[in-house]
Amino acid sequence: MGTADVEAVWRIESARIVAALTRFTGDFGLAEDAAQEAVAEALVSWPLASPANPAGWLMATARRRAIDAIRRRTALQDRYALLATDVAVDSAVDEEIDPDKIDDDILALMFVSCHPVLSPEARVALTLRVVGGLSTEQIARAFLVPVPTVQARITRAKKTIAAAGVPFELPPAADRRERLGGVLSVIYVIFTEGSTATSGDRLLRPDVAYEAIRLARTLAALQPDEPDVHGLLALCELTAARFPARTGPDGSPILLADQDRRRWDFSAIRRGLAALAKASTRGLGPYGLQAAIAAAHASGPSVEATDWDRIVVLYEALGRVAPSPVVELNRAVAVAMASGPAQALAIVDELIALDRLPGSHLVPTVRGELLARLGRRPEARAELELAARLCANQRERSVLLRKAAALS
Amino acid sequence: MPKYLLIMRGTDESNAAMMADIHEMMAKTRQFIEETVKAGVLLAAEGLDDPGQGVVVDFSGEAPVVTDGPYGETKELFGGFFMLDVASKQEAVEWAKRVPAAPGSKIEIRRVPGDDEVPQVDE
Repeated sequence: MGTADVEAVWRIESARIVAALTRFTGDFGLAEDAAQEAVAEALVSWPLASPANPAGWLMATARRRAIDAIRRRTALQDRYALLATDVAVDSAVDEEIDPDKIDDDILALMFVSCHPVLSPEARVALTLRVVGGLSTEQIARAFLVPVPTVQARITRAKKTIAAAGVPFELPPAADRRERLGGVLSVIYVIFTEGSTATSGDRLLRPDVAYEAIRLARTLAALQPDEPDVHGLLALCELTAARFPARTGPDGSPILLADQDRRRWDFSAIRRGLAALAKASTRGLGPYGLQAAIAAAHASGPSVEATDWDRIVVLYEALGRVAPSPVVELNRAVAVAMASGPAQALAIVDELIALDRLPGSHLVPTVRGELLARLGRRPEARAELELAARLCANQRERSVLLRKAAALS
Repeated sequence: MPKYLLIMRGTDESNAAMMADIHEMMAKTRQFIEETVKAGVLLAAEGLDDPGQGVVVDFSGEAPVVTDGPYGETKELFGGFFMLDVASKQEAVEWAKRVPAAPGSKIEIRRVPGDDEVPQVDE
């Protein structure tokens, strides 16, 4: 077995092993370290001799490393405690994993990884590593940051969890909704990094978006009665469905209006619509509303035949439950399609007057497009050039400059 | 991300072995499906009826020829599938090893190419 085989087994087993070990040792940091040691050992020994039961091998090795760590820690303290822990860990982990309990443990693992005491970057790194089963190198590649940065984030996160005394349990009922929102936003941040890369020379990174979709599917399976989870899953599936049509052969972005809709992934749309139906049971939340907007696009045979009035209404609703200048800007784009560019321009100008999105390339991008549609070409060109200067994604920048040049 | 089809291929003997303990096989299959759903990798799964109940439409001649019964002389017949959305071929293999399958049966793993790999027709 090679590195890729070890990584594959680890992906499947990581959450279960870290969750089970945390449950039995009561120490998330120790459990995670022990699990990582087991993977490191597997990478050395499996290429020489493949174990008959790779999953069992990983669990047994991780358990031994956890016991070693507890021994080292208690050696200088209480030898009676050592004996007690040793027996407890040995017998508890040896028992067949209870499928009902392991679900709650994996859920608890998600809540711990996305705990509010952690920095947003640490939540992302920890979730991908312990729940997603990604290596530090894979996380670094996904977020275009150096490997030591990811390592430092994870180390610090584990220290923070220990220092803050974060318990390994499902949040109490009173906090459940808010904490679930925290988990959803971590998954959404990961998805967004894949669907609109904030930096670098690629617009889409489907492999990163895939990790978020996978996490959202897991969460939806473990929390089937939470509409917001299905809303997020629907949003991710419906957005990802457009990926095949969103970039040209050279990697340059293709706007919704110019996309070849036959290239959309119809099975992903079907999954997204099914998730959206589950999200609609108690009224749509912010993710569900965005998913409903994506669904309206997905159901439109063309830009012209899209139900823009419905999209405007959905953006208005979204602006109320989750007010944000970006939502306002998107509403302006929808208004332009439903009622014409003049009304839309008024919304954009108000955003500018209130300085709601300072430094964003999106405002001049939209303003430039609207001015162009109104025939105010020199102003439009100036806006698009401004947008290009502010844009960090090289692919998007060259499209903006091409459009600006076309207006001269 | 890569999708893989896990194609279950059974022989008369393996199908008989499976039918002998069909309830246990079904319980194990349900458990496998649940695991793949919770891992976020299962897209679809179906099991097929007895190959003897199948119909073959053969396009060798000018007009399609329809015959009842199993496909050709093959010993291993397609009996069901799992469609997985996984990170790598190795992960598809790892999941395939966990599929409850009767002794003597096989699983063929085939990748589903992405849209960008299919040659585009210029219009």
